Amino acid sequence: MTSMTPRATIPAPATLGQSTRVATRRAFFALMLRDLTVLRKQLGQFLPRTLLQPFLLVFVFTYVFPKIGQGVGGSGAGAALFSTMLVAGVVGLSIMFQGIQSVALPMVQEFGYTREIEDRVLAPMPVSLVAMEKVASGALNGLFSAILVFPIAAIVPATPVHLQINWPVLLTLTPLACYMCGALGLTFGTLFDSRTVPLLFGIVVLPLTFLGAIYYPWQSLEPIRWLQIGVLVNPLVYMCEGFRAALTPVPHMSLWAIYPAMIGFSALFTWLGISGFKKRVLS
Amino acid sequence: MADNLESAIDEVIHTEALTKVYPGDILAVDGLDLSVARGEIFGLLGPNGAGKTTTAGMLTTRVIPTGGTAFVGGIDVVAHPTAAKQVIGVVPQTNTLDRSLTVWENLYFHGRFFGMNAKTSKAEATRLLEQFRLSDRATVDVSALSGGMAQRLMVARAIMHRPAILFLDEPTAGLDPQSRIALWDILGELHTDGQTILLTTHYMEEADELCDRLAIIDHGKLLALDTPANLKRSVGIDAMITVSATGDLDRLASVLRDSLTTATKVESVDGVVRVWMQQLVGVLPAIIDAAEKQGFTVTDLSSTEPTLETVFISLTGKDLRE
Repeated sequence: MTSMTPRATIPAPATLGQSTRVATRRAFFALMLRDLTVLRKQLGQFLPRTLLQPFLLVFVFTYVFPKIGQGVGGSGAGAALFSTMLVAGVVGLSIMFQGIQSVALPMVQEFGYTREIEDRVLAPMPVSLVAMEKVASGALNGLFSAILVFPIAAIVPATPVHLQINWPVLLTLTPLACYMCGALGLTFGTLFDSRTVPLLFGIVVLPLTFLGAIYYPWQSLEPIRWLQIGVLVNPLVYMCEGFRAALTPVPHMSLWAIYPAMIGFSALFTWLGISGFKKRVLS
Repeated sequence: MADNLESAIDEVIHTEALTKVYPGDILAVDGLDLSVARGEIFGLLGPNGAGKTTTAGMLTTRVIPTGGTAFVGGIDVVAHPTAAKQVIGVVPQTNTLDRSLTVWENLYFHGRFFGMNAKTSKAEATRLLEQFRLSDRATVDVSALSGGMAQRLMVARAIMHRPAILFLDEPTAGLDPQSRIALWDILGELHTDGQTILLTTHYMEEADELCDRLAIIDHGKLLALDTPANLKRSVGIDAMITVSATGDLDRLASVLRDSLTTATKVESVDGVVRVWMQQLVGVLPAIIDAAEKQGFTVTDLSSTEPTLETVFISLTGKDLRE
């Protein structure tokens, strides 16, 4: 009884002596580091998937159409206004796609055939923070894509784009938009599985984007009042309108509506996403 | 006082009345009391659906118990899951390696998740690949590994942060015989180094070969808990004879019961008659004799020394493999 010689030659756990708070913080940042490493390794995928869609969108609508004398906004001043208006929509759209492509789709895989998630939730941190890390990582992806896409939207159009940057709005709205889309990705990632994921594009993403005030300012829906009110359930509307306020002189929805709505949607998706995540990994 | 302290430190797993009822009133684990000492290999043996994986799930924070308590390394897994996760290492049933990373990176990031700095984690990852004979695969994607290699990598990953206890859920299910033996060797080495291990299995040879102590469970209940040797002794029989024959097996059982006066038990189950005997000398001819006198044709006759299989059969009346 007096002998305290340890029977084991295995050293004490590496994490022993770390408080759980420290362990959680380190695990969280290590997960972010892992995600960034994967992003760097998959840059060859990230760049085309991020750039191609906005490029084609801007190219066709604001370069090809004006050149062939067809299309949106007519010609001259109308076309210039449309190009300017579309900048905000393209930036918003690409952030939302990052939420889906960098959070929702990998999660469907990790929950499905790779089962990687089962190892991830064993990291020494609360399960809810494993989910939050996905949101943070998705937000970071969104930010990268916004930075990449913005020049395309500003340079490609055949007609001049009139930018008027409102820095306070841009610097607060961008992180909020990125976060909201990361949380949206988390929610989708827990709601859909490998069998149902085609529906995500068919019945969710499609209406979100076509009715998301990307191609037209929300206020211009005035003549179709029911639609103007109906699309208010679409978080993309607030985001695109917000970028319109941040980047352009185009008329936009009031910031007093944009910020509360985006904060509200962020909270809603965070709650839905975390509870959905817990439901999937804990039994 | 000192005794209590020592035993508390030396007990790595402690559960009391641990219970899990899944929605729909499915009782998966029913009041399990377990105690696993430091340094031992402890086995949960039982057929599929016995509650082994659920038990391991509760001990590793993935399944929330509906009753009872569970402590791992002295930490309440329900109240403090994050702290508990720091002291456990888990090798799950399925391959959960990170497909986006290389073999080496899988270990490196695992070390980082568990709080190692970059330098330590790099060195440990490299050392473990060496130890688990995976160094030549360091830079390949994990999807290029064979089943046995992936399993070794998962064991390396699970012990990298030096857990107080290593959990393995059906570690050799689906492995080829060679990889299975290689894994047994690895577990043996870890055991020699003092690693506490809890494994679930439905392979009795595995349980017999590896485990210091075994809990036999079925329908979520603990049926027996002891060393493999004691379990085999506890059945109180020397051998089990299995008789296959044509005709009414219930009647054959009663015939044999009458003629073999030294039989401990004779029963007709699963299309055979089982005879449990203290000693085998002269018994096999006597069985054939007795059966054929009554018009039965014996098609097969075999005797087995007590194995964990016979222990399981005597405890539950059914085969472990079913």
